[in-house]
Parts: sequence; C-alpha cells; structure tokens
Amino acid sequence: MTDLVQLLVAGLATGAIYALVAVGFTLLWQTSQTINFAQGEFVMVPAFFVLAAMKFGGASFPVALLLGLIASLLVLGVLFKKLLVDPMIRHGVLPLVISTIALALFLKEGVKEFYAADAQPFPALWATTNITVVGAVIALQNLVIIGVAIAAIAALQWFLAATRTGRSMQATAQNPLLARILGIRVERMILYTFLINAGLVALASVLISPIYLAKFSNGETLGLVAFIAAIVGGFNQVRGAIAGGLLLGVLDNLVAAYVSTQYRGAIPLFLLIAVILFRPQGLLGRAEERSV
Amino acid sequence: MTRARNLSRAIAALAVCAVLVAAPFGLKPYGIYLLSLWAVMTIAAMGLNLTLGYAGQISLAQAAFVGIGAYTAAILTTQGWPFALAFLLSAALCFAIGWLLGYPALRVQHHYLAFVTLAFTTLVFLVLRNEEWLTRGIYGISGIPRPDVLGWSTGAPRDYYFFCLGMLGLVTLATGWLVRSPWGRAFMALRENPIRAASLGVDTRRYTLIAFALGSALGGIAGALYAPLVQFIDPTPFALGLSLNLLLMVIVGGSGFFFGPFLGALVSVLLPEWLRFTEGLYLLIYAAFVMALMAFCPSGLLGIAERLFRPAAKTDDPPALRARKTAP
Amino acid sequence: MSAVLEVRDLKKSFGGISAVGGVSFEVHAGEILGIIGPNGSGKSTLFNCILGQLQPSSGEVRIDGKPITGMRPCDLNRLGVSRTFQLLQVFPQLSVRENLILAGQEHQGSMGSRLLGRRDAGLTPAANRMIDFFRLASVADEKAGRLSYGQQKLLDAAMAFMAGPRLVLLDEPAGGVNPTMLADLRERLRTINAREKATFVVIEHNMEFVMSLCTRILVLAEGRLIAQGAPEAVRRDPRVIEAYFGN
Repeated sequence: MTDLVQLLVAGLATGAIYALVAVGFTLLWQTSQTINFAQGEFVMVPAFFVLAAMKFGGASFPVALLLGLIASLLVLGVLFKKLLVDPMIRHGVLPLVISTIALALFLKEGVKEFYAADAQPFPALWATTNITVVGAVIALQNLVIIGVAIAAIAALQWFLAATRTGRSMQATAQNPLLARILGIRVERMILYTFLINAGLVALASVLISPIYLAKFSNGETLGLVAFIAAIVGGFNQVRGAIAGGLLLGVLDNLVAAYVSTQYRGAIPLFLLIAVILFRPQGLLGRAEERSV
Repeated sequence: MTRARNLSRAIAALAVCAVLVAAPFGLKPYGIYLLSLWAVMTIAAMGLNLTLGYAGQISLAQAAFVGIGAYTAAILTTQGWPFALAFLLSAALCFAIGWLLGYPALRVQHHYLAFVTLAFTTLVFLVLRNEEWLTRGIYGISGIPRPDVLGWSTGAPRDYYFFCLGMLGLVTLATGWLVRSPWGRAFMALRENPIRAASLGVDTRRYTLIAFALGSALGGIAGALYAPLVQFIDPTPFALGLSLNLLLMVIVGGSGFFFGPFLGALVSVLLPEWLRFTEGLYLLIYAAFVMALMAFCPSGLLGIAERLFRPAAKTDDPPALRARKTAP
Repeated sequence: MSAVLEVRDLKKSFGGISAVGGVSFEVHAGEILGIIGPNGSGKSTLFNCILGQLQPSSGEVRIDGKPITGMRPCDLNRLGVSRTFQLLQVFPQLSVRENLILAGQEHQGSMGSRLLGRRDAGLTPAANRMIDFFRLASVADEKAGRLSYGQQKLLDAAMAFMAGPRLVLLDEPAGGVNPTMLADLRERLRTINAREKATFVVIEHNMEFVMSLCTRILVLAEGRLIAQGAPEAVRRDPRVIEAYFGN
C-alpha cells in the first residue's frame, strides 16, 4: 500500500511535468493553429541554456536559471514566432508543421554538436531527501515538482480568467476574427501565448532534467508524451491537457512497476489509440462539429 | 505546341533512363549501393507522396512500414521462402495494417493521423527490438539472400541495382496509372478542396484511407527491397528518424509533384556524401535548409523549377499545400 | 406523393445564439423555390443543415420521405442532392472538362472501375453536352482558374448538374455576376429545370433574379419563416417589407 502511494506521488510528479508541456502545446494550437512538433525539443533546450550559462559564463546556478529563462523566452518564444511561425503561416498549416519538424531536428543536432552528445547531470532545486507522510516514504523532489507545477498552472489559469489580457487571449483562441473586430490586439495576444509556452517548457525542463539528466535526445519522448497528453485530454482544452498529462504520468509509473519495462514506452501509445477509437474528442473534450 | 512539349518530355525521360542504366558501369560498389538505396528510398517516398502530396495527410509511419516490409522479407527469405512470395506478403501486410491504422485516425480531424502515425512508429520500433523470438531483436537478421529472378541471379551489386531499378520502373508505371485514373482525380480533389469534393460525391474518408494504405504498401515494398540490399537488418534504422527523413524527401522534392520523391530521395541520399566535410553538421544544415525552403518556397525544388520555367502557370502555392491554407 | 424535400421544425443554435429557430417547409418536384431574407436571417445556416455540413440542434430533414438529417455530404450527393457554393469552389488547376468529369465520376461505375477503367470514366460525352449547354465550349480545355468570374459561376452550376440530381441547392448563384450573364444564367437554369425535371432551392440576395426565376418564395427573418407564396404576393407582403426595411 505504501508502495502504491509512493508510485502515485511519483506518477503525479512526472504527470505534472507532462501537464506543463501539454498545456503549452495546447495553448499554441488554440490561439495560432500552430502544431509545434518541436515541443519536446523545447523542453530539452532550456536545461542546456542553463548549463551553458554556468559552463561558459561562469554563472552561479540561480543566476544561470534566470539567464536560461530569459534565453528561453527570447529564443523559444519571440524568435520562434517571428522567424518561423509568422513567415510560414501565410502558406498554411502544413509548411508550418514541416518547419517545426525541421526545427526539432535542428535543435537536437545543435545541442548534440555544440554542447555534448552524452547525458549531462543537472543540479536540482531541492535536497534529495525523503519525508514520511502517513507512513509512506515519499521523495521530497516529487512533492516539490507537484507543488511548483500546481502553482504555475494555477497562476496561468488565474491569469487567463481574471486579468484583462488573459481574457483577451482566451477570446483570441476562440475566435480570432471576432477578437480583432472587438479591438483586441490579436498579434500581441499570440505573442504572449508563445511567451507563456516558452516559460512553461523552461519550467518543465528545469524540473525534469535533474531526474532524467539533460540529453539532446530527450525531446523525442517528451514531445510524444505532450502530444498524446493533449489529445487524450481533449485537444481543445487546457483542462484536458492537464488531465492527460497527469493520467499519463501516473499510468506510466504504475505500469513500469507492475508490468515489464520493455514496453513501458508503449503505454501512452495504446492510450492514444484507445482514445482515438472510442472517444476521439478526448476525455474532457466536446464532440466536434464537422467543419463547414 | 503540346505535342512539342510531350516530345521534349519523352526525350528527357529517355535520357534519364539511359543515365540510370549506364551509371553503375562507371561506379565503385559503394556508388552502386548509393544508387540502389536511392531507388529503394524513392519507392518509399512515392508512397508517402501519395498520402501527403495527393491526399494531404501527414504520415510519420512510413519508417515503420519500411521496417515491417524489411523484416517480413528478411524473416521469410532466410527461412527459405521464395522472394516473390515474401515481397507480395510485405506489400499486402503493410496495406492491411495501413488500413487498420488509418480507419479510426481519419475519422477525426486536426491532423490526428500525424500523431497516431508518430505513436505507431515508436510502437513498431519497440516490437522489432523486444520480440527477439521473431526478429532477433538488437542482434538483427543477417545473411538475407538476394533473389533469383527467372534464372537471373541478382547477387552482384550491379545486378541487384538493376533489379531495384526495374522495380522502381514498375512502381512508377503503376503509380502513374493510379494518379491519372479517376482515383487520382479524386485524390487531387480531396487535397485541393475536400468540402467541394464531398459535395460532388467523393467519399473523402474512403479515398484518404486508400491513399494512406497504398502509401503504406509502397513503404512495405521498399522495405522488402531494402533488406536484400543491405543483407543485414536490425531495428535501428526503422525509427522516427527515417520517417522524418522520408517526409523531408517528399517535401524537399516537391509534395504533390509526381517526380518530387525522385528528386527528394536523390538529395537525401547524396547530401551526407556531399556534406561529409562538415563532419556531422550536415543534419543541422539540412534542417536549416528545410526551414528556409518552407519559408520561401514550400512547394519544394520542383515548385521552384515550375516557377522558373512556367511562370504563367503558377499560382502562389504548391499543389499539396494550397489546400491546407485554411486550417481545420 | 411525398415532397422531394421536407424540412420539419429545424433548429440550429451556436452556443446561446439561435441561428435557425424552427423552420418547416416542403418542396415539390419540379419547383424552383427561392429563399430570401435580410442578412443574418439564417438562410446559409439552414442550407448547411440540410446539406449535412452542420448538425441541426433539432428537427428533421427528409428527401423523398427518407430522413437524411446529419448524413455526410458525399452520401447525400450520391442520393441525388447537389449544390453550388456561395464562395466559388471550382478546381482551378483542372480544366473545365476535367472539373465536369470529376463532378460526375463518383456516380459512374464502382470503385474498381474507377481505378482500372477509362481515365474519363466514360464521361466525356456527358461533359461535352454540359459544356455546350452552358456555352463554355470556347474555354473547355482551359484551367478553370483562368476563367472569368461569370464563367466560373456557370461551371460551378454545370458541375452541380453533372450527376443528374433530383434536388439542387444553389447558394447565391447570382452573386457577382454581371447583368448580361445573369439573364443567360437564369435562362439556363429554367431550361435545365424543365428538361431534367430537377427541383431547385435557391438562396439569393438579388431580388430581381430570384423573383423572375422562382416559382415560389420563402422569406426568413431572424431564423424564422415569416412569409411564403408566389413571388408577386411575397413582394407585396407587409411583413416582408418590414423585415427588410424596418418600421
């Protein structure tokens, strides 16, 4: 029983990280029709920004974190939007998708060539101690991760619902044309979405890298999980992305413990296929209209 | 005037065929291997072009189908089955799996096929790696024999190249027929304007599914030809990287253009050789090139050629990508 | 004898907004029914619900007594219903003749014959007849994208008729067409209606066009049917005048 609690907590922790990534992905899709196939690499890169700041800039860890965040916002937010998405969007969705696929390759090879091909240790924000809660021994890191992720998402939800900018962003996501007519600066809202995504992936990166080490190839698995979490939860919903991420994290950990680990990576895939077969709108989504 | 154009096209085609037939006589074994690889990859890319360029769906599973085809052929021929049978089985199996995979995924929109095929590729790789009783896992299958075609042994590099070239020719003819038939017209319609196509009675779901299943079958055929080419296979090449590579082949060549895959495969197979001096940066350069291409000319190299040589006929966007302007 | 098209209490809402609020009508064989109404009256939404592009919130649509509510557009087309589009939708990269062959090919033969049979599915004579009827012979081999707007409109209509449909829904056929071509179009539509015994339903803004083409008119305002009858009667109906011009 205590094992189960441990596994659940660990699962929720991984799931929380997946949720962060999936939420960013969903937001991008909602507001600007951008399917970011490089989302996994986006989670991989910020850790290397931080490591580079420490290695080449001699910065201390906290400073490096800040620099890494700024670099992420600039590169994965602003540059991504201005250099890749904006020129591409007039050609349609497909060229943009292809570009993000190429971008994923670019980021992956870039890190591999210009930093290192082997896995890099990444410092943690917390002490690696265990605490005991109701008789179960839980790693502190899991609680910290869950806490931080909850805080981030709660802040995001509050921002989207309670502030004027946030509500404008929601309006842009639902109906860009109408939003424009209402005087909302749609371009700026879209930029904010990209910045938010950059922030979310940077946070996810910093949370996950201490556990799984920073490696150029991390993007593949993380990206796949993000897409699946978003779809399983319900493609159009931020809530869905959160639910999907958590579900995948928990499922992944439970399966790994009780079933052979050889097919551990296949669980999200089966879940995806099951959802598409039986509930294509996702667990929390609404049934979609045929488009006119 | 069209007669003159047809004549010049026929002459160009003959010239290219002559080059392809003569080439191996002047090349070392490695060069012949590259040519054979080009032929095989073109077949796989042609399959993907059907799915993407004609039916407008992104598939990231082509590597999995090449893998399934390769392993089917390898397992059967190393057990003594005749190649022809293994070959047909590869194609049929991949068609069936493509159909089963596409059926649920294409009932919903939003590029779901892309994600399902992404997941599928990962799954197939895991199966190939883990199910050692069938595939020998990471140890791979070696000693894959090259077929005897009606008494002609294809064991030597040049002979196997001609075999691959012959298969490419057959696939080209068959695909050409398909594309010019009413099916091809329906594919084009559902790519250009699926709503209009549906209102004319074109069963968009069924045609998209057919295009995807046929594309997958071609992937299987390419795999069945790949296995005897390299004569040793293990799961490593049949992963997401190959799917992406094939996708880029189709895009770079020109998605929706019939000869796009030929050009794209050529670029992809030769690029590592040309960029060898960059020592591993070539993927980086390739990726950057693709991003630039998408920004300036999403219709690929053949699109650029079309713009240069037939400016009157151009519209802004390429065949496959024009339709996707309106996001789903 | 049941009506060719029967719409019963059709409702469609988007979120909280009711676009069509309970519309019922019948169309009988050979009629040319016009649907008019001010902007936002729900005409296009009604059309799209009938044609399967949108799922109605409630209500029923029947063709020849058979319920077709929510049927896929391609299946509906195979049942003998075709349409034209408000925003022109021909295939610009195909020639005029190819566009027509495409429009008819799914009604000929089977999937197998479409793969292994003739390239044109045997439709060249039928396509040529359509080209002659709509007087597009001079541009028959041109890419449809090169045609003038009016010619594309004619092609669009021709495509709708290729499959010999029972019921044709025309969405603003007169939109953007110059006056000389308009008379031509109207005459072509009347001729084909009489000859093929097809039934038409037309949405139109061009009052003169619709009044001179249609045998009966329906008037929609704010998602509801406010008047129906012969063109002359509807034109003089005070409720209709009020809907268009206010009080």
